[in-house]
Amino acid sequence: MSAAGGPRLGVVGAADHPPFPRAARAALADSQLRHNLGQATRAIRARRAEAVGELPDWEQLREAGRAIKDRVLRHLDHYLLELEAAVQRGGGHVHWARDADECNRIVCQLVAAHGTREVVKSKSMLSEETQLNEALAEHGIRAWETDLAQLIVQLADEAPSHILVPAIHKNRREIRELFAATLEEVPDDLSAEPAALAEVARQHLRRRFLEARVGISGANFAVAETGAVVVVESEGNARMCTTLPEVLITVMGIEKVIPTWQDLEVYLQLLPRSSTAERMNPYTSLWTGVSAGDGPAEFHLVLVDNGRTNALGDEVGRQALRCIRCSACLNVCPVYERVGGHAYGSTYPGPIGAILTPLLSGLDAAPSLPYASSLCGACYEVCPVKIDIPEVLVHLRQAEVERPARRSRPLGSPDGERAVMAALARVFASRRLYEAAQRTGRLARLVLARGGRIERLPGALGGWTAARDLPAPPAESFRDWWRRRARDAH
Amino acid sequence: MTDAREQILARIRRALRDVPAAERPEEVIVPRDYARSSPAPTERLLSLLCDRLREYGAECERTQPNSVAGAVADACRALGLRRLAIPPELPAAWRPEGVELLEDRDLGNDALAGVDAALTGCAVAIAQTGTLALDGRSVSGRRALTLLPDHHLCVVAAEQVVDGVPEAIARLRPAAVEHRSPVTLVSGPSATSDIELQRVAGVHGPRHLHVIIAAERPPGRGA
Repeated sequence: MSAAGGPRLGVVGAADHPPFPRAARAALADSQLRHNLGQATRAIRARRAEAVGELPDWEQLREAGRAIKDRVLRHLDHYLLELEAAVQRGGGHVHWARDADECNRIVCQLVAAHGTREVVKSKSMLSEETQLNEALAEHGIRAWETDLAQLIVQLADEAPSHILVPAIHKNRREIRELFAATLEEVPDDLSAEPAALAEVARQHLRRRFLEARVGISGANFAVAETGAVVVVESEGNARMCTTLPEVLITVMGIEKVIPTWQDLEVYLQLLPRSSTAERMNPYTSLWTGVSAGDGPAEFHLVLVDNGRTNALGDEVGRQALRCIRCSACLNVCPVYERVGGHAYGSTYPGPIGAILTPLLSGLDAAPSLPYASSLCGACYEVCPVKIDIPEVLVHLRQAEVERPARRSRPLGSPDGERAVMAALARVFASRRLYEAAQRTGRLARLVLARGGRIERLPGALGGWTAARDLPAPPAESFRDWWRRRARDAH
Repeated sequence: MTDAREQILARIRRALRDVPAAERPEEVIVPRDYARSSPAPTERLLSLLCDRLREYGAECERTQPNSVAGAVADACRALGLRRLAIPPELPAAWRPEGVELLEDRDLGNDALAGVDAALTGCAVAIAQTGTLALDGRSVSGRRALTLLPDHHLCVVAAEQVVDGVPEAIARLRPAAVEHRSPVTLVSGPSATSDIELQRVAGVHGPRHLHVIIAAERPPGRGA
């Protein structure tokens, strides 16, 4: 857990969560998990490519999406004040929270002030960061998660493993078993068909929607110019939460603000195609403050920092705050596909989580996450707001190596690599040393290579080959061949 | 709470020390060379809208502007719908015979959940994405009206159909910005992709969406 009052990201940095390499090894051994993830991510990858390929101006939209967010981030104070004024003009209340605890305190007080012990809640990744449900429970308030996948992980008492599809690690049979074991409304002969499972969720939540006095939601965007708050969803549960209760509380990270109403024309094209690979998601709700006779009579918007200003202050890492939480980078990532979301031990898994988590909560809380990547670059290719995730990963690796809290580690870790690289720089700078090294390399071929590959280097260098093979050096170097060729020609 | 506000703003300004103090937000260039509008012929837009809605699992049919009420009545008969909630502003020419109509003058949630369907118009429709935009005013009705009943019948006039998202966002501006009306974009019936990332219809919102496009017959075709 991070220091009191500091940013908190769900369970990041929790003492009982193993670092990524160990958690990943455990996840890799779970063949059911790998099967579920492989199945789901393969399907969504193909469909995303199709949905994106349909728009001839996709690259122009990405560039606009990047630029609008950059404008916001470089002038975040300006846009937040503009948003605050616009929401207030529309009859809404605006609250500011420095960290997770402050956010939870504000929400709990608002709920308690309305004398209710139950709230309906639509999906909010920010509320996962702050562990809002646990805070509400401590105040004796029951939060009903209403997004189907979020309901699934709540019933299973787990954390989300994917930004968009929090229960992606479970297949339909596992969900059927869970519903049968935990819900009262379940018929004995419940099938594992997704439609039947969705029907169970509908029955389970119907009365709660109709009777709830307070609703809690997240926000995908908020328009500074007009005060409109935007929630993008599929099921209609967010429409229920933002429309039916008397009081609506929306929690939102401060980076979610966009400048103008017109900017929605960019993000409402980028987001659905990138996330669920649809031309448009079933429902998008946009509201401005309160409207007489339509929806909640009271609206509260909580603007939350919780580490965002840390990320903002990192000139390379700042771009991570462009993220619109589409999760396209998770679905294309070869590492995520194999280890799943829980191994990252963070509210935000996958490539974006590997940079966002340490940027928000500090490297000390998540020192292994910048290494949870092969730097293949697929995440950057699909990112709808052009976050150069590999660039930020490398930047964070450098910062991690230089971190004061870091204890010295054996060769094969970044310290060892740095020593080796420094030695190599000297060798490459001198013809004499370089050719001597090549001769030594040929010796290694005789001693160490098996079938053209070196699987284990001796001694301290063994760290390098712990996770990779090395091609054996050739029998003759290019330089030697060139000299021999010149000699033979004469 | 003023403390938190001032402190967050101070943290932001400290984090942005690299941004020149004189830089104004508009100076950060936003290129908008993506497609903003396309002058597609109405006929093509209408058939595209229908195709896209059907791909989401919605029903879509077309009728003459003066036969909307008849088309609604036919749909109600086919779907077995007997009680419809409607916005008070719904035109008389759209109101079907032989069906009980409940004007939504602040109907309670339970009353709305108890009717068979909502019958409304919309503000704009987007052909490319198969989207209906409801703007909370006049024929679109209140948000709860189109949320609680299990069927949503929506009448779209031909001139309301635009090609892409940018044109729709522009058309919604007066309602959303000047009038601060809530806007709901609807693209097909309620659905979820939460189980194995497959879109299946029907969770909390209306599980059936029936769209009636009111348009004159294209010129040059038989009566």
